Amino acid sequence: MKPRGLLTRVALTLGLVFLYVPILSMIVFSFNNSRLVTVWDAAHSPTLKWYGVLVHNEQILTAAWLSIRIAVTAASAAVVLGTLAGVALARLGAFRGRLLLAGMVTAPIVMPEVITGLSLLLMFVALGQLIGWPKGTGAVTIALAHITFCMAYVTVVVQSRLAGFDESLEEAAMDLGARPLKVFFRITLPLILPAIASGWLLAFTLSWDDLVITQFVAGPGSSTLPMVVFSKVRFGVTPDVNALATILVLLVATGIAISTVWMRYQQRRRERDLQLAAAANL
Amino acid sequence: MRLSQAMGRRLIAAVPTLWLLLLFLIPFIIVFRISFSEVRLAIPPYTPLLGWHHGAPQIEVHWSAYSFLFTDPMYVSSYLYSLKVAAVSTLCCLLIGYPMAYAIARSGPATRPLLLMLIVLPFWTSFLLRVYAWIGLLKNNGVINNALLSLGVIDHPLALMQTDFAVYIGIVYSYLPFMILPLYANLEKHDLALLEAAADLGARPWRAFLSVTLPQSLPGIAAGSLLVFIPAVGEYVIPTLLGRPDQLMIGRVLSDEFFENRDWPVASAVAILILLLLIVPIMVFQRVERRQLEGLP
Repeated sequence: MKPRGLLTRVALTLGLVFLYVPILSMIVFSFNNSRLVTVWDAAHSPTLKWYGVLVHNEQILTAAWLSIRIAVTAASAAVVLGTLAGVALARLGAFRGRLLLAGMVTAPIVMPEVITGLSLLLMFVALGQLIGWPKGTGAVTIALAHITFCMAYVTVVVQSRLAGFDESLEEAAMDLGARPLKVFFRITLPLILPAIASGWLLAFTLSWDDLVITQFVAGPGSSTLPMVVFSKVRFGVTPDVNALATILVLLVATGIAISTVWMRYQQRRRERDLQLAAAANL
Repeated sequence: MRLSQAMGRRLIAAVPTLWLLLLFLIPFIIVFRISFSEVRLAIPPYTPLLGWHHGAPQIEVHWSAYSFLFTDPMYVSSYLYSLKVAAVSTLCCLLIGYPMAYAIARSGPATRPLLLMLIVLPFWTSFLLRVYAWIGLLKNNGVINNALLSLGVIDHPLALMQTDFAVYIGIVYSYLPFMILPLYANLEKHDLALLEAAADLGARPWRAFLSVTLPQSLPGIAAGSLLVFIPAVGEYVIPTLLGRPDQLMIGRVLSDEFFENRDWPVASAVAILILLLLIVPIMVFQRVERRQLEGLP
């Protein structure tokens, strides 16, 4: 028993090193003075030079702002559609079209992105010829595409959360005479709120990060941040991208730390409530 | 009230279904249809499905895009290369990810959330930037070569960039969390009493692992492997940034046909052939996923 425990623990440690060394190297070299990125210029480093270059780069700032707006729109719409789909699949039992919905909703998760991107663009072009809208591609078509693949993830998160609760609470409320809409807003929604919140964050991240699908459905003048970064790094390493990566990693790490603490707090509160309820029942 | 209730229930399912029909299913039908057209210099740059022949409407189906793909060996070799890269990367992910998931599942309840967070955190940072980080590590005057040179292990830099090795590293690195999470979800649920029983009956740890743990974790292995394999086949960013310029993967071929050659029928035919290749894995994945979500064995 012992040696295997040791073996897997060594593997876990090495795996974590593998996951974090590239990220750490980006962070370290973002403070490097040299333009040669990976050659440490000890005489003039550490420096915040590349952060200065970054915040004065109009192209990157414009692209980042567009990416944020698209990600907020896509995540919010995806949460509504994904919650509907998740509730339908977890709570409506067997309805007509269930298999169709279940099949379509998880497919974008595994579908190679080049195929999703190509098919969406060809659809937009065909639609544009048929009804005159959308007129060309841009922020709107990017958002529509992002909503579609983001809602798949929200559906899975919401559906698995609902699968963890049995329907007795909702049934009890129904028996007490609550109307379905009221049951949804008073019982179901509060239950799945954590799933909706993490679904929104997941959708925001996926939209903010997407390159391949976006490249297909973006038009001239609608370059998102990943598109700008990709065209920069395709032709070599640039130090200000290291600075950008460092800022993103810091933001994400802070966000995750806060959400972990918040979830711990919620968990404790729930446990305390349960204990109180159990005590009251005695 | 009964009526409105039924309407409401129908609406809940109808809205997302309609959205996906319009933005998921119909787009595929359009790709399928364009793959049977011929390229032409017009807007749109392909022949219409419905042609007029001697004053009568006629459905025109062209196989030229497909026959083109099978006559040029470049396309066939890209397909095979993509399958090879995806298979090798999936295997590497499994070999690295399984012990990691196992170690997390068997660690104490207090450290488990922290370890899971460490696995997931890179996933929340930009995929593109994580691939980019490997350029800095792998290139000729990159971190790895500099370190090896200064340690005296090598005399001149190793060619690590633009190799198959770099693509494997990139894919394994990017998709490792997708392998670990389903495996962890599975391994965490195992009943450890079974292992104790095996030990009591005299099984050595390895034998107990092979005959108890491994068979039980097959659904996790399947889910994780498919989550890596399917997207890896169509991967575009990683081979473009890290891979060989002389051997393209099929996702890059599709993108180049569309953007560089402006050949919509051939790009669509490439997409349809990738889908044909992946339809079985995708359906298996959905089956595993549905069982997981609905709590079936």
